[in-house]
Amino acid sequence: MSAYRVEVRVMPRAALLDPQGQAVEHALHALGFEDVARVRVGKHLVLEVSAASRDEALARARAMCDRLLANPVTEDYDLAVDGEARR
Amino acid sequence: MKRVAVIVFPGSNCDADALLAARDAGADAYSVWHRDTALKGAEIVILPGGFSYGDYLRSGAIARFSPVMAAVTEHARAGGPVLGICNGFQILCEAGLLPGGLMRNARLRFLSRPAWVRVERTDTPFTGLYESGEILEVPIAHGDGRYVADERTAAELEAHGRVVWRYVRDNPNGSTNAIAGVCNAGRNVVGIMPHPERRTAALVGGQDGARIFHSMEAPHATQHAMDVRAVGDRHLRV
Repeated sequence: MSAYRVEVRVMPRAALLDPQGQAVEHALHALGFEDVARVRVGKHLVLEVSAASRDEALARARAMCDRLLANPVTEDYDLAVDGEARR
Repeated sequence: MKRVAVIVFPGSNCDADALLAARDAGADAYSVWHRDTALKGAEIVILPGGFSYGDYLRSGAIARFSPVMAAVTEHARAGGPVLGICNGFQILCEAGLLPGGLMRNARLRFLSRPAWVRVERTDTPFTGLYESGEILEVPIAHGDGRYVADERTAAELEAHGRVVWRYVRDNPNGSTNAIAGVCNAGRNVVGIMPHPERRTAALVGGQDGARIFHSMEAPHATQHAMDVRAVGDRHLRV
């Protein structure tokens, strides 16, 4: 068994209004960053998962996302294990 | 006299009001702690408002895995009436007992003020004593109150008359189709974002919410709202 560092990125679904992202975008514009658009705000979770392999760690983390960490109705997520990004 | 279980989660803060509202309506209401696994003979379950688990991760996301939720789910699946108010509505959505979800208010601010809703459906266990189309004044108190559902789900809710209350005058949180409350396909599980338990007496500013609790006691009165308004010698309209 090894400990794998898993990073989970949870984002509001693209089709849904993200008022937080809009507020941040307005603030950036007000600061003179007119070159920014489509700002969205999500969550970043970092977990340490004990597993026999990287694939197992990934599968476990995916199960955690499906069960609790993300709400499929309102959010999408993606995962990275030890820095390697996997969808 | 119906046995009504009001579930108390860590962070619930409207459970006492819900309990009183149910008792005032004649129910044999009692609290059930979230760690309990039995509903103690409940005929009706209320999930009250509040901030269960500090709204961590997402509102209702952690509460839905509380031990008591297995019994609540079983009760709901068997057709038993369940009412989720505010945080309770969020928990029911997270648990998959109601469709859709609740997200941050469109204008971000936490809203604590009166709102107005139209009763769209009287054929649920909690709206039988209202008239269809009636406008109620009920307070809202939420930061994550924007009901969202994908287009297909929203169309289905509308087509099958599952939007139970809808905001009128304005849509405070930007919810899909101004939805303030919905029910499941079986019409026994109902969620509402405003707080009817805070409008059950003239003393607290109005009693537009009282009939939600009185409806629980008079489930067969749907078609005869005028006759049952005086149930329990109460005059519910001023």
